Amino acid sequence: MANLDQLNDMYLDVLKEIGNIGAGNATTAISNMLNLKMDMSVPNVELMPVEKIGGAIGSEEQVVVGIMLGVDTDVNGSMMFLMDMASAHKMVNLLMMRDVNYNNDFDEMDLSALKEIGNIIAGSYLSALSGLTNLTISPTVPYVSVDMAAAILSVPAIQFGLISDKALMIKTEIGGDNKIDGYFILMPDEESFEKILASLGVPIE
Amino acid sequence: MGQMIKVGMADLNICSCPDALTTIGLGSCIGIALYDPTTKVSGLAHIMLPDSTAIRNNTNKAKFADTGIEQLLDMMLKAGASKNRIVAKIAGGAKMFAISGNASSAINVGDQNYEASKNKLRELGIRLIAEDCGLNYGRTVELYSESGVYLIKSVGKPVKEI
Repeated sequence: MANLDQLNDMYLDVLKEIGNIGAGNATTAISNMLNLKMDMSVPNVELMPVEKIGGAIGSEEQVVVGIMLGVDTDVNGSMMFLMDMASAHKMVNLLMMRDVNYNNDFDEMDLSALKEIGNIIAGSYLSALSGLTNLTISPTVPYVSVDMAAAILSVPAIQFGLISDKALMIKTEIGGDNKIDGYFILMPDEESFEKILASLGVPIE
Repeated sequence: MGQMIKVGMADLNICSCPDALTTIGLGSCIGIALYDPTTKVSGLAHIMLPDSTAIRNNTNKAKFADTGIEQLLDMMLKAGASKNRIVAKIAGGAKMFAISGNASSAINVGDQNYEASKNKLRELGIRLIAEDCGLNYGRTVELYSESGVYLIKSVGKPVKEI
């Protein structure tokens, strides 16, 4: 069985392209939903020691909103969409057609709006990936948590910790004039990234 | 007060008076604090998984409850702590996402970490004198060697001292 350490630059480039296309689709979906202009960064693909995941998107103690979905069928793993509090409030307020500066704690309704945002984002990200690879990839129900970045990111860190000391992280930053900043993180498990690479014609030797 | 020494994820360290140890953002992980009240030798481990024998990749001892606690105890004894005086306080083991069903085994790892930590402490004969575990939020902890106080900070909650 292949090992995460065997991934060379070519593989990482292919994975980067996956992040590009997936996040591009998802950004368009958010952009259409909220009627906003959004940009995205070039994705960053990193094999990260699991101990470092807590600080992957900035300060470990910063409070962020994490929306997590499991991924299954042909590809297993998880996917997360993270954003800071200000961005999350702005997004929910836009979706609920409230004053965008409204900044109270999230109530049940807001959390469910965040889940819906997660659904749309993951759906469009994964359908792009699915179309590209011809693999069936289905997201599970989304879950939301509002907490310290390190605590939220410890969840995928532990999933990776079960199989490796490193995690494969495909990270894309989105943003724009409207000051919504977020990160997509796709974390396929070991077997799944082999499958993804093989389906794209670059099997791991 | 002395220095604040940072312990990362899957990491452990010890300190002596007047220094303190901290680890940030415990989610399902557990922060195991060991303390010898006489010599004030203190130790903190941030473990991620319950059982090193269940996993093929287990070189990092600090990653697991079983091997992590053993190694931490060992370091403390070498630094002059006495095993029959050492007491333990633990925090963490939360369930960050309320996921149910099949995908839940890796998500419920908080409970497993909690049980494994308690069992290992019992096996080693270390008294567990306080805990703040479970529920659904992250915790940042600080262990002060001067007093043995274990501070727990969470988002939107008052600071807790155990």
